[in-house]
Amino acid sequence: MTTARPNSYRSGPDERGHFGIFGGRFVAETLMPLILDLEKAYADAKADPAFHAEMNSYRTHYVGRPSPLYFAERLTQHLGGAKIYFKRDELNHTGSHKVNNVLGQIMLARRMGKQRIIAETGAGQHGVATATLCARFGLDCVVYMGAVDVERQQPNVLRMEMLGAKVVPVQSGAKTLKDAMNEALRDWVTNVHDTFYCIGTVAGPHPYPMMVRDFQSVIGDETRVQMQEAEGRLPDSLVACIGGGSNAMGLFHPFLDDPSVEIFGVEAAGHGLTQLHAASIAGGRPGVLHGNRTYLLMDEDGQIAEAHSISAGLDYPGIGPEHSWLFEAKRVNYLSATDDEALAAFQLLSRLEGIIPALEPAHAIAKVMELAPKKPKDHLMVVNLCGRGDKDVPQVGEILRKRAKAS
Amino acid sequence: MDARFAQLKTEGHSAFVTFVMSGDPDPETSLAIVKALPQAGADIIEIGMPFTDPMADGPSIQAAGLRALKAGMTLKKTLQLVRSFRESDAATPVVLMGYYNPIYIYGVDKFLDDAKSAGVDGLIIVDLPPEEDSELCLPALKAGLNFIRLATPTTDDKRLPAVLANTSGFVYYVSITGITGAAAADSSAVGAAVARIKRHTALPVCVGFGIRTPETARAIAAHADGAVVGTALVDALRASLDSEGRATSKTVSAVADLAAALARGVRGAQQAAE
Repeated sequence: MTTARPNSYRSGPDERGHFGIFGGRFVAETLMPLILDLEKAYADAKADPAFHAEMNSYRTHYVGRPSPLYFAERLTQHLGGAKIYFKRDELNHTGSHKVNNVLGQIMLARRMGKQRIIAETGAGQHGVATATLCARFGLDCVVYMGAVDVERQQPNVLRMEMLGAKVVPVQSGAKTLKDAMNEALRDWVTNVHDTFYCIGTVAGPHPYPMMVRDFQSVIGDETRVQMQEAEGRLPDSLVACIGGGSNAMGLFHPFLDDPSVEIFGVEAAGHGLTQLHAASIAGGRPGVLHGNRTYLLMDEDGQIAEAHSISAGLDYPGIGPEHSWLFEAKRVNYLSATDDEALAAFQLLSRLEGIIPALEPAHAIAKVMELAPKKPKDHLMVVNLCGRGDKDVPQVGEILRKRAKAS
Repeated sequence: MDARFAQLKTEGHSAFVTFVMSGDPDPETSLAIVKALPQAGADIIEIGMPFTDPMADGPSIQAAGLRALKAGMTLKKTLQLVRSFRESDAATPVVLMGYYNPIYIYGVDKFLDDAKSAGVDGLIIVDLPPEEDSELCLPALKAGLNFIRLATPTTDDKRLPAVLANTSGFVYYVSITGITGAAAADSSAVGAAVARIKRHTALPVCVGFGIRTPETARAIAAHADGAVVGTALVDALRASLDSEGRATSKTVSAVADLAAALARGVRGAQQAAE
């Protein structure tokens, strides 16, 4: 027996924010009226050509879009299989794909008359993007960041402060992304009257997963056009790393209804799937946290587990609800890469292509290193290079120095 | 629950509702505290179900949940605690309060069966707004448990009917926009809010968040059918622990003594009004 395939993988969510059983609006009553307002404001903006015109103008002149689709010739030769292209979202202003979403949400916040913006951040890329656009539009900005992440992503903390944002180190729990999100939600409940919560990934209560996906889909939309120009056809496969999954969803979504396109999401396997990791789909099950039902890492009592990844941006025990649905619908293949595999890919890419990637997309590159050699030479593989690695240089340098000493 | 509010009405005072975290600082002490609360004057007992990520709670209740989890508390053990409490007290209504995920993982139907048979009277689940009623609210009502909803200052007249539609037992009015343990609202604003809610429902309205002292309890109780105190009791408990976070000989009495003082505050309210 086979499960019925949906007519389209691109029609979700339903009007209550559900992708199959996933998604929803699991929030405190204090937030509910605001979430309904936000849903309405987003629907209005989405239907307003002026909103899109303004967004496109900022994309072109401020963010620097479209980002290039680059043929990674030396990596392709090195791996000896598929023809590998990079979608170069690390070249955006602020250094990652995060700005695509933040631009959309800040424009929406302005439409709603909100003066104060809060955000959670893991690696600091979303925080930097939020701080940047708040500076640009003269809005107050508070960024919640786990104390552990503040430590390992110092360059981004300094950037946020330089941009005028207040960075609040979060001391609760594992002091990483999950705890930063708890604290941001607490701030929001307290300051609901004047505050807009700019969520950084395709998670949280409806309409966030849908809205963030829509703002990030510019990645996949551009890729379609650019691949058509470069090769005259669709790509054969897509690869992207996944923490919450916004860069992946942005690349994948415009291709979901093209059955010839194979899609691979790469979670963070940390020390390995039998040890501490952050691979919610590989090692979790459906539960409810941070406003949505999705795959989560937890114990048998439903207590949320602490994730681990070398990459602060993937160090989260959950994943966006639409990914959970695409996993169960078997449309996207979810793989995982360990800390060590990501480190090796980080170094390889730096030396071969002269591109220092962020540790997050280094996870995607790690799986490209396994997938590409098995594909024929005319196979077109696109990997989303969603962030640049400047922020990770001090941390990776330290790890490599320690290892050199130990050996 | 309905009988308790009817009885309080006859006695002429508002309900004193206490919140303590199940398993804090350990299961045995926690049971002793819950057993001491009716004696101290608690009319209704809310028992927190510990959760790793309590997104609507302030630092005190977050820490209480983590102490309980560290002591090995689980949802199953919380239900056992209620069962043990019921061996000596069949009358005081018990309301479980917490977040949805542990219940979802336990299994909704099994949880409702076990909660009912343990002697639970109602549920307050912070992250289940009316939009998600099919998850737990409707099954709970069907199983004969009260589903007590939070109404907040952001719940306007347009939204109140939706919030109240499947609410039973009482309405819990959160007096501020904020997390537990934050500053108190002033009692006249609370009075206006309670009156606004009562235009939409015949249910009793209890007020919580930010009530720490007998004086505030008295002022709030004068405007409401009940006053809920949580963080202040949890703080009194924490202050009684040793440097390792373990219970001492003073822990049960620290909570019970504060509860007794707060109860006198609540009962004083009606005398003041008369």
